Amino acid sequence: MVGNVPENPNYNMAIVKAFAVCAVVYLVVGALVGDIIAWQLSFPSLNLNEYLSFGRLRPLHTNAVIFAFGGCTLMATAFYVVQRTCAVPLWSDKLAWFTFWGWNLIIVCAVISFPMGWTQGKEYAELEWPVDILIAVVWLSYMFNFVMTIANRKTSHIYVANWFFLGMMIMITYLHVVNSLAIPVTMTHSYSLFSGVHDAMIQWWWGHNAVGFFLTAGFLGIMYYFIPKQADLPIYSYRLSVLHFWALMFGYVWLGAHHLQYTALPDWAGSLGAAVSIAMIIPSWGGAINGLMTLSGAWNKLRDDYVLRFMVVSLAFYAMSTFEGPVMSLKTVNALSHYTDWTIGHVHSGALGWVAMVSIGAIYHLVPRLWKTDIHSVPLVNTHFWIHTIGTVIYICAMWVSGIMQGLMWRATDDYGNLVYTFAETVVAMHPYYVLRATGGVLVLLGALIMLYNIVMTIKGSSSQPATAAARA
Amino acid sequence: MSFQEKLEKNIWGLIFMVAVVVSIGGIVEIVPLFYLDNTIEKLTKEEDSIRPYTALEQEGRDIYVREGCYLCHSQMIRPFRDEKERYGHYSLAAESKYDHPFQWGSKRTGPDLARVGKKYSNEWHRQHLRAPRSLVPESVMPDYAFLEKHIIDDSLTEKKLRALAMVGVPYTEADFAGAAAAVRGKTEMDAIIAYLQVLGTMVKFEPGKDYRE
Repeated sequence: MVGNVPENPNYNMAIVKAFAVCAVVYLVVGALVGDIIAWQLSFPSLNLNEYLSFGRLRPLHTNAVIFAFGGCTLMATAFYVVQRTCAVPLWSDKLAWFTFWGWNLIIVCAVISFPMGWTQGKEYAELEWPVDILIAVVWLSYMFNFVMTIANRKTSHIYVANWFFLGMMIMITYLHVVNSLAIPVTMTHSYSLFSGVHDAMIQWWWGHNAVGFFLTAGFLGIMYYFIPKQADLPIYSYRLSVLHFWALMFGYVWLGAHHLQYTALPDWAGSLGAAVSIAMIIPSWGGAINGLMTLSGAWNKLRDDYVLRFMVVSLAFYAMSTFEGPVMSLKTVNALSHYTDWTIGHVHSGALGWVAMVSIGAIYHLVPRLWKTDIHSVPLVNTHFWIHTIGTVIYICAMWVSGIMQGLMWRATDDYGNLVYTFAETVVAMHPYYVLRATGGVLVLLGALIMLYNIVMTIKGSSSQPATAAARA
Repeated sequence: MSFQEKLEKNIWGLIFMVAVVVSIGGIVEIVPLFYLDNTIEKLTKEEDSIRPYTALEQEGRDIYVREGCYLCHSQMIRPFRDEKERYGHYSLAAESKYDHPFQWGSKRTGPDLARVGKKYSNEWHRQHLRAPRSLVPESVMPDYAFLEKHIIDDSLTEKKLRALAMVGVPYTEADFAGAAAAVRGKTEMDAIIAYLQVLGTMVKFEPGKDYRE
């Protein structure tokens, strides 16, 4: 049904444009901060002062890439997809602009908060309570507008991409509200309602589902709309979409406990987390296959369709990291991998490989259509593709080697049962891989800058150029 | 018409079903932790001297959280031979029962700190925080010399302990009354060292006893 929805001139595309441009800007910012902290780990003298030390910049990096870049991408795409698949304009333009300015205000708050050290001390949920309240309000405004647009739809069925966006919106509301519960002391300081083992379980229930819903379900919504659209083919299997959706909604929620294997969390919880993690390989691969097989019979399109290239490689990374994750959740593997750089590598194969590439693909698909023009430079898009892919592969490989080496060095004992390496020796051994990782990061950052330039030039050119692309939009 | 098809035509039904399905895993894994007795280990009187942090230690803990120490240091020793050799007895849930938020961490760019208390002198910590590489040349830790320049704001300490009491930490009126005086004139460096020195020292482990069933 994607292909035959009539164009509606009342669609609010201004909001999509605004979020899309923000997403590209925040991709540059997030990658820049990420690369700075990667160099800090290689050369500690780069921790210039208290406001710019690793411990304060790292939350800025994670929040910038997840919530600023990822969030703006999700808001641009969800607002675009929901209008086009429901054949109605957004329910409320005013509410959409409230979401836009509210979300950007949150990002400004984050940019101030983290260097100042205002943090709740829980990963990916560091923002303090006043900002948390703002996040809840803005998030609900996003969801409400989305839901009401669907309620007003002129099509009979709700398209699959919207199920995934909706699942993300509901789950993130639960997670954010529960995990952020805290007793305030001042405007910039509070204490988590939960302590110790309970706080740990709730934090990783949040932590893994920030991955599972924000960074997976939401971006699968992108996949289910933009791949068929870009390839001009229907999705491979409707049944597989249904299975993929419900299995993901039910299963992902359980995985958080696998972050706490062998800790003081009771064994039953970690084992349950690992068992469901393994089972999740099936729906995840089902989804990846569903996306890839959509192109069956049309693989030749990859030769000259730069957008599809990003999307296909993103699905390959999705399949790879949804296999790697369950393997790492197994107790025997986790005993080695936990606390090491392997985890960081895994996260980035998901983040740089899957999330960033499917987003970049979607934005390259959107921009020419939104501004009714051709992309400024196709060679620059291809350069971006290769530079991003190579940077990501360098990053992941460096972290695999350093992570596994770290794990093995920590546990190495000699014939008498003494530890072979001091901790400091393992830190030294990581150095070359940290430099390599930071170099991979430079490539990713360079790619993001190329993208920003290309998008800006496309938008600038759109006013003067005849709209050759308008017909196929 | 199948159930799936009904949901695809009814946004409110779809919202309801998704809201139910996504809540199951969390309920099954989280709720029992609050009522199962064995979630937090039972310790004997001889073993158990777990107490709330003193005012100065808690101020130190706040700085630990503020600086994002947990991003490179775990506070959770796993029951493995090498971790026992390197860090000491594996961590118990009971040891972090007053930790709001928990600081178990997820990454060891630096070593675990769950039992760092009393392993080094205060002077060692002071020098190490000032300039980590003056003591450990291989270290990649940032310098924290600025902690010596910042004096703790004692006007907030009582409020902090009262907030913690609201979430279940058993502070007494005497703790509140003495809070400001306990931290007056202390630097952030003094506070974080007080915190580091108490980490992992509150349980007297019985050799050979299995604390996790």
